[in-house]
Amino acid sequence: MNGADIVIDVEGLSKSFDGKLVVDNLSMQVRRGRIHGFLGPNGSGKTTTIRMLCGLLTPDKGRGRCLGFDILTQQTEIKRRTGYMTQAFSLYADLTIRENLEFIGRIYGLDDPSARAREAIDQLGLTGRADQLAGELSGGWKQRLALGACIMPRPQLLLLDEPTAGVDPKARRDFWDEIHQLAHEGLTVLVSTHYMDEAERCHEIAYIAYGRLLAQGTTTEIIAQSNLSTYVVSGADLGDLAETLKHTPGVDMVAPFGAKLHVASRDHAALDGVAREFAAPGIAWERDAPNLEDVFIDLMSRARSNYP
Amino acid sequence: MSASTDPTGARGEPRPAGFASHPLDEGEGIPRLARLWASLERLYAVFVKELIQLRRDRLTFATMIMIPVMQLILFGFAINSDPKHLPTAVLDNDNSAYSRLFIASLKKTDYFDIRYSLSGPSQIDPLILSGAVNFAIEIPQNFARDLARGENPAILVVADAADPTAVNGAFIALTGMAAQVFTRELLGPLQNLSAKPAPYEVRLQKRYNPAGETRLNIVPGLVGTILTLTMLIFTALSVTREIERNTMESLLAMPINPVEIMLGKILPYAMVGFFQMALIAGAARFIFDVPVVGNLGTFVVLTMLFIVANLSVGYTFSTIAKNQLQAMQMSFFFFLPSILLSGFMFPFRGMPVWAQNVGSILPLTHYLRIVRGVMLKGAGFSDLAADTGALAAFALAAMIVAVLRFRQTLD
Ligand SMILES: Nc1ncnc2c1ncn2[C@@H]1O[C@H](COP(=O)(O)OP(=O)(O)O)[C@@H](O)[C@H]1O
Ligand SMILES: [Mg+2]
Repeated sequence: MNGADIVIDVEGLSKSFDGKLVVDNLSMQVRRGRIHGFLGPNGSGKTTTIRMLCGLLTPDKGRGRCLGFDILTQQTEIKRRTGYMTQAFSLYADLTIRENLEFIGRIYGLDDPSARAREAIDQLGLTGRADQLAGELSGGWKQRLALGACIMPRPQLLLLDEPTAGVDPKARRDFWDEIHQLAHEGLTVLVSTHYMDEAERCHEIAYIAYGRLLAQGTTTEIIAQSNLSTYVVSGADLGDLAETLKHTPGVDMVAPFGAKLHVASRDHAALDGVAREFAAPGIAWERDAPNLEDVFIDLMSRARSNYP
Repeated sequence: MSASTDPTGARGEPRPAGFASHPLDEGEGIPRLARLWASLERLYAVFVKELIQLRRDRLTFATMIMIPVMQLILFGFAINSDPKHLPTAVLDNDNSAYSRLFIASLKKTDYFDIRYSLSGPSQIDPLILSGAVNFAIEIPQNFARDLARGENPAILVVADAADPTAVNGAFIALTGMAAQVFTRELLGPLQNLSAKPAPYEVRLQKRYNPAGETRLNIVPGLVGTILTLTMLIFTALSVTREIERNTMESLLAMPINPVEIMLGKILPYAMVGFFQMALIAGAARFIFDVPVVGNLGTFVVLTMLFIVANLSVGYTFSTIAKNQLQAMQMSFFFFLPSILLSGFMFPFRGMPVWAQNVGSILPLTHYLRIVRGVMLKGAGFSDLAADTGALAAFALAAMIVAVLRFRQTLD
């Protein structure tokens, strides 16, 4: 064990399904009290990785510890102390909110499951709706209930798999405030997402594509590591220009952001040349620091050409 | 959201390495009893959850009531079918007024249609064998004389018992008749003979089905078949349902082990089984007039054992099946031989040896012996030890397979 402060410490995790490598030699460390964002496009292996961390899947290769317990042999100890919020809603739809929470309370051996369930319901702001079936809640409420259910047994580690998918912006914001509050109290959180704005709310990020970890660190670190230089192009009718730039040597990434175009490259000099070449009246090229999304789009396109 | 407000502030404090202070810890320091208690608590959690789901699932609930009721009604008709006008041959060796009166009374019962009057006993067997008659009735020589002397002459009834229900109604009519047929004739000095028991004896010789499956045998068998079918189906769906409803992943992510899940899922249905047992036993007693001769407690305890055995089989299927359809198919594949080879349909001892061997590994076979023993013959635990042991072994084996087969991961 690497000291009590490393909550997740895994090395060389690999997993294949039907001969297809889904997670490839993944290593990752998460410190106590941190919110660790797990980013990557759909099918990149986020869910699979999270499942390996809490003992729901057995890695083909690799080893590691979660909360100091071996992920290969001490799954029960990990499960006792971990709250796992699955990607799809997985509370019992035909049980009421209260019944679902009491069930969890009993499974985790809480002292007074009914009282704890009532407490959680009040805190969730669901007082008066406790006897509604969980399956009848709206998407946002389902997500809040699922989180409430996860933290009710007071775990030390939260694994959240795309918790905000399909949830409106206000609910997403509340959700993140909640996560930060929990982390502040000492809970460690690993949260997968594919929203960029959410990535920026994490203390640290791991970016995964095609089962491979492509970048890891704080936002600043990842941007610095990328060694990208970026221009923001503004003007009218940038569609044709974007197409041309995509096929221009020296340009690594072209992505529209609203009415503007982000153009990035690892070859700074070449990009400066391109900027001069395509500068025209009505089209302004401005140097800018790359943002996280530029970096991820670039990482992904490179990953795609490396592992088709 | 304020769900995070933790009044104890425990989460905010730095924790020592090793997590020894965690309240959920069940390390070496925790006594066995506390661990058992925690385990029972988890079992109870699943039990309560299943019970609520069972109550809310109208289809399952309807199945629970409908299957036994339908089977009882269907089989009830079969049992009540009381065929009359059965082809009969008569061999009258006496040829007296009394014997002719006896034959006339036979006709009046409506059960016997006298097709042949025979002249010698050798004619009986071919008629029975060919199925030309269901009954051959032989009145002995000197029937009238022996009757008058009070010597209790015996009338021999040879019955083709291959169709037991057919034979039974007629035979009951025949014995019933014996008590009354001569009441009017046996007057004066012979009046004392008309007092019960009947002045003559009816000796039944069953052919082809010596075990004599009777109506009394079918109703107890029904208890077993109905319970087999419903119990199997209930648990066969229980694990696949969690998978199909997307709740399995969460359940597996919780600190609960396969034994706790299994027992938590079996117990509510054992309660359902108890009520079905009461329902069927009640119907047996009050509709079909089959009383429990033996000890009711023995009946309940052994029936519960049988219920648990079937629930375990269903649960085992559930852990093997990929989806609910497969689980259903497995249940029916198990149910079919149970019906055919257990002694419910055909007399067990009459089956070929291989079929008896297959039958011996089915719980229904052992339960049929138990339930017939208790309900009809008043057998107790000690008489049924072998079958009880077989049932218990079966239930235990099924549970062990289920626990071993239970997929604790999503691999
Ligand atoms: N149980 C499974 N059996 C077969 N393939 C799977 C299974 N689980 C995931 N996969 C495949 O593994 C890949 C990664 O899936 P997943 O980990 O769910 O990605 P993500 O969560 O990042 O979207 C996908 O291509 C998916 O189809
Ligand atoms: Mg996923």
